[in-house]
Amino acid sequence: MLDLSKYQSIGAALKDAMTAFSAETCLIEADRDREKELLTYKDFQSRAHPLARALQDAGFAGGDRASIIMTNQSKWLISAYSIFLAGGVLVPLDYKLTPAEHWQLLKHSGAKVLITEYPIWRQLCNAPERAAAEDVKLVLVTEAPASADLVGARRWEEFRNAAEPVFVPRERKDVASIVYSSGTGGRPKGCMMMHENYLEQCVALTSLYPFWPGVRYLSILPTNHAIDFMVGFFGPFTCGACVVHLRTLRPEFVREAFSKYKITYVSLVPLVLKNLQKGLQARFDELPSGKRKMFNFLVAVNKALTRRNPRPGLSRKLLGQVHAAFGGGLRAIIVGGAFTEPQTLQFFYDLGIPVANGYGLTEAGTAITVNDLNPFRADTVGKPLPGMEVKIVDPAKDGVGEVYVRSKTVMAGYLNDPELTAEAFADGWLKTGDLGRFDSTGHLLLAGRKKNMIVTEEGKNIYPEDIETVFESLPVKEFCVFAANYVWPKRSMAGEQLVLALHLEGGQSYTDALRNDIIARNNRLLNYKRVHGVVLLEEDFPRTASLKIKRNILAERLAQLDRTSAILLL
Amino acid sequence: MRTLDQTTQEVVDLAAKHFNVAVGTLAPSDDFFKKLGIDSLQALELLSRLENHFGIELPDYEVQGVSDFRTLAERIQSRL
Repeated sequence: MLDLSKYQSIGAALKDAMTAFSAETCLIEADRDREKELLTYKDFQSRAHPLARALQDAGFAGGDRASIIMTNQSKWLISAYSIFLAGGVLVPLDYKLTPAEHWQLLKHSGAKVLITEYPIWRQLCNAPERAAAEDVKLVLVTEAPASADLVGARRWEEFRNAAEPVFVPRERKDVASIVYSSGTGGRPKGCMMMHENYLEQCVALTSLYPFWPGVRYLSILPTNHAIDFMVGFFGPFTCGACVVHLRTLRPEFVREAFSKYKITYVSLVPLVLKNLQKGLQARFDELPSGKRKMFNFLVAVNKALTRRNPRPGLSRKLLGQVHAAFGGGLRAIIVGGAFTEPQTLQFFYDLGIPVANGYGLTEAGTAITVNDLNPFRADTVGKPLPGMEVKIVDPAKDGVGEVYVRSKTVMAGYLNDPELTAEAFADGWLKTGDLGRFDSTGHLLLAGRKKNMIVTEEGKNIYPEDIETVFESLPVKEFCVFAANYVWPKRSMAGEQLVLALHLEGGQSYTDALRNDIIARNNRLLNYKRVHGVVLLEEDFPRTASLKIKRNILAERLAQLDRTSAILLL
Repeated sequence: MRTLDQTTQEVVDLAAKHFNVAVGTLAPSDDFFKKLGIDSLQALELLSRLENHFGIELPDYEVQGVSDFRTLAERIQSRL
């Protein structure tokens, strides 16, 4: 691994990695059973340099912002490296957002360049919101059919210059990327991540979960996500390891990839991990009685022998078939983006497949705590990573309070929003809005949220304010969306749901027609953003002088109601 | 060559079979996530089954943001 303490920026470190690991494989890209790319670091560099130079020739300079909206593929990483080489600031956006949301964030970020894929561009180019994002001067589109009209964009594959790019150095405290942790509604939260954040996080994470040449990381989580950017790009690349991209995420091809590419690490969201668990459990249940007894016995033996720490070699011998299904070389599954149920973590650990569960948020530079597996503790999110200061503020009698973090990995603030930035920090500490406590061994246990938001099992942060527009002009007196666990706090991170609080007009009742109207509007939201139920209130919502709803006071009123009976399911 | 209506009906029939629900309970305009109570991974499994049935390849990006049977059928129809 490169000694990252010597580097000032992501670009400088990656540039040296290209030379240091020149002959190693850095990228494999597969589409179903077809292998589309197999690139060494030298190949990767030779793809990126012409692009970086062409960006510079087009006027892209140090500190300029460039956005990537792509699925996980080789051109994502090649483009990102080109941007860093040219001293640019990367704005990675979630490709699953709507065109309106994309343009809103492009406008907010001030991106001059957009790099995207043809199917995404096809939707983006005709969206009316395009007109507002006037800073976007250059659009590069990958994999466009030869006959396609690109409506003002240029082809990524043809945008190149044979001359070498000029490397533009950046400082550790310069902004490296703007990562949107949420806020596609009224108030985008663009986390300004500094080069130092990534350099420090990479050192801390790889001290527990190391990469080296030959290690293969299967990149399934979207690379715009802080976790995949770190463990699916910057981490492996600064260690000479290899990233595997799949162009389809159909379960059958993902399963096949583990053995085909001898995967070492993979990152998953809890939903996918739970799904894997279900699939495996179903297969175990189908075993004939005798084999099942033997299998259960081997699991019990493995469990006993790995109580203190993982013993991968031993587990592979005991439970060979299970490990073969994961390619035989899997060292750990990294799970992140949302809370994972302890029993799911324990299920995999008992099979000899450690799950690196942790806790983090984009604002803190990905991970704050990670399970060090010595011993594995499914009931906690692990201990703070090296260099992380974590404290519990205003603890209740049971020790639970808000989690505060201070570290070199914490963001500089929210882009264009000093007010939100000021709210997020207290005396240099980042207020996470999450509740937790430490146990006697220094493990952090999470216990709910202080903030009005939910994180879905797919790792999506949903703020109620962001989805309210879909209910605008609903024929009721007033409405407001809340996270149920914020209104009715419970000492748990599981089962998070959104509810729609309604105040009907005088004489109005909650009819089937109104319910159907709500359902129809709800269905316009992406499935993971939908509200779960309705709560009826019979009094006016408290409002500020400027008529904004006082959410915290309204939440207190809702809290007086019994949660189970108050929520009318949709 | 199938008509869009035929394709849509086949999509609905297959979804009903795959998730073990009565065909009559599903309509082309239904949101399949909501109606079938499935997540994005289960939707991908259904896509694989539809691909086998229609003998096509449907790239993931083609079905990005699609949540009702009729739109899904339209995407399939364009590749038949």
